[in-house]
Amino acid sequence: MPNTQQLKDLTTQVRRDILRMVHKVNSGHPGGSLGCAEFFVSLYNHIMEHSTNFNMDGKGEDLFFLSNGHISPVYYSVLARSGYFPVEELNTFRLINSRLQGHPTTHEGLPGIRIASGSLGQGMSVALGAAQAKKLNNDNHLIYSLHGDGELQEGQNWEAIMYASAKKVDNIISTIDLNGQQIDGSTDTVLAMGNIKEKFEAFGWIVIEIEQGNDIDSIISGMAEAKSKTGQGKPVCVLLKTVMGNGVDFMMHTHAWHGKAPNDEQLAIGLAQNAETLGDY
Amino acid sequence: MKTYTYTQKKDTRSGFGDGLTELGRTNPNVVALCADLIGSLKMNQFIKENPERFFQIGIAEANMMGIAAGLTIGGKIPFTGTFANFSTGRVYDQIRQSIAYSDKNVKICASHAGVTLGEDGATHQILEDIGLMKMLPGMVVINPCDYNQTKAATIAIADYHGPVYLRFGRPSVPIFTPENQTFEIGKAIQLTEGKDVTIVATGHLVWEALEASKALYERGISAEVINIHTIKPLDDKAILDSAAKTGCIVTAEEHNYLGGLGESVSRVLAKHNPTPQEFVATNDTFGESGTPAQLMEKYGLNSNAIIKAVETVMKRK
Repeated sequence: MPNTQQLKDLTTQVRRDILRMVHKVNSGHPGGSLGCAEFFVSLYNHIMEHSTNFNMDGKGEDLFFLSNGHISPVYYSVLARSGYFPVEELNTFRLINSRLQGHPTTHEGLPGIRIASGSLGQGMSVALGAAQAKKLNNDNHLIYSLHGDGELQEGQNWEAIMYASAKKVDNIISTIDLNGQQIDGSTDTVLAMGNIKEKFEAFGWIVIEIEQGNDIDSIISGMAEAKSKTGQGKPVCVLLKTVMGNGVDFMMHTHAWHGKAPNDEQLAIGLAQNAETLGDY
Repeated sequence: MKTYTYTQKKDTRSGFGDGLTELGRTNPNVVALCADLIGSLKMNQFIKENPERFFQIGIAEANMMGIAAGLTIGGKIPFTGTFANFSTGRVYDQIRQSIAYSDKNVKICASHAGVTLGEDGATHQILEDIGLMKMLPGMVVINPCDYNQTKAATIAIADYHGPVYLRFGRPSVPIFTPENQTFEIGKAIQLTEGKDVTIVATGHLVWEALEASKALYERGISAEVINIHTIKPLDDKAILDSAAKTGCIVTAEEHNYLGGLGESVSRVLAKHNPTPQEFVATNDTFGESGTPAQLMEKYGLNSNAIIKAVETVMKRK
């Protein structure tokens, strides 16, 4: 089991990957990717029981579903650096004939991906289906999912949120990346969603809050608490408070870098703030 | 001329329900989902025998499509059930991303397709669903013609790996295909042999095509009737062979002429053997309330409409 310093080093390297990937093709979504780097690193290197010997059915292991598919850079980087596919393949992000499409897909057979996402609001339903398949298969492993906060504006989420508690789907931990930002501005200015914690609780979910969503120890202890709440007849939601663009000072606390790549100079600044730890691809 | 008779009429949705029941007994991976229409979809017996393999989703079709996609991960074969309108147009993006693009083994089972849903009217009568579904890469589109064939199709699609759209309906229609038939996806069935005109029909219009061929025979016109239960993949060869023989073709379907079977047939003919064709289909319109028979008559979807189309197309040879 890796220690916190190892996970921090990996996170720094993942940040470098994200910046370099989006810079190379001058497109992609660095903001949310950077904000969730610690979460992905912790999930794939400490929290989930999973196998890099990938098969679609994933019986006997925990499964993860990314609903807000635009943060594919962090997903790809962590999958590669966890051993799902060669790290060098990150070089092909968003290029023609690549398995690393702008938004994740199963269509090109990239190991680690079990559903296409990008059109928002669909991932929780899929995760619930996979959770119910686990129950039918008497498989005690868990389903994890990640969703953007702005993504909760999509109505399908609320169908899924209602269903999960009504049907007592208690082998799922759905995490909401609460960074308070979306493309057009803050979530409060675009479409204020009120108290998300109270909304989930009103829909019958157990809610765990992780106040320091960019701190690996906080993530690990919060997710352990979430895991301890599974199997009690209720779905579990984690509200992960993150900073969009975390780790690159000029990208932080703003929606400006939601879907914009850094130029050469900005890349250099970003990389200087995140010195190489495990080696660039 | 080979003629067809029937002793019983039944709705095709019952063929789906009975096929699903049989699958429940023979295939432990088959699961069923419904969005608050189990009676309409005839799913009761499956649910009674397999309560743990049934998921009542409530009135939330988008969530149903996503859950179905998720259930495939772990090896389940989900059959979703609701009306054709709510199975397609309402959830197009969910099907597109979470099922078709994600290559998920989901069977989208759609009842009450077309105008023959009847009195509920246009909000519930989708005439665009074949087009919507056939345009999705990798989606198989099936529209069987009677109870027996719908039952056989339901059973057959469980053994096919990949997304399938299975379309059926509400009204009672003659049962004229064999009981316990083997259903071959993508394989057209020639029902009558003819030399003057080819009639290619799908779904409820197949029986109407047979009725039309009888009347035409009495007038000395020999019609070759082909049952196209699978619109995608289309049996190009069966269509081309028949068109080459008869020199003209009528397509018949309970669907808009835009996007339906007729257009698929046109594409095949235009590419390989341009042939005069007439379309028995709705003319870019919504439906309305009425009895199925009244609606079939008003929207030109019965044997009379097919006979007229045959007369027209034969003049164009």
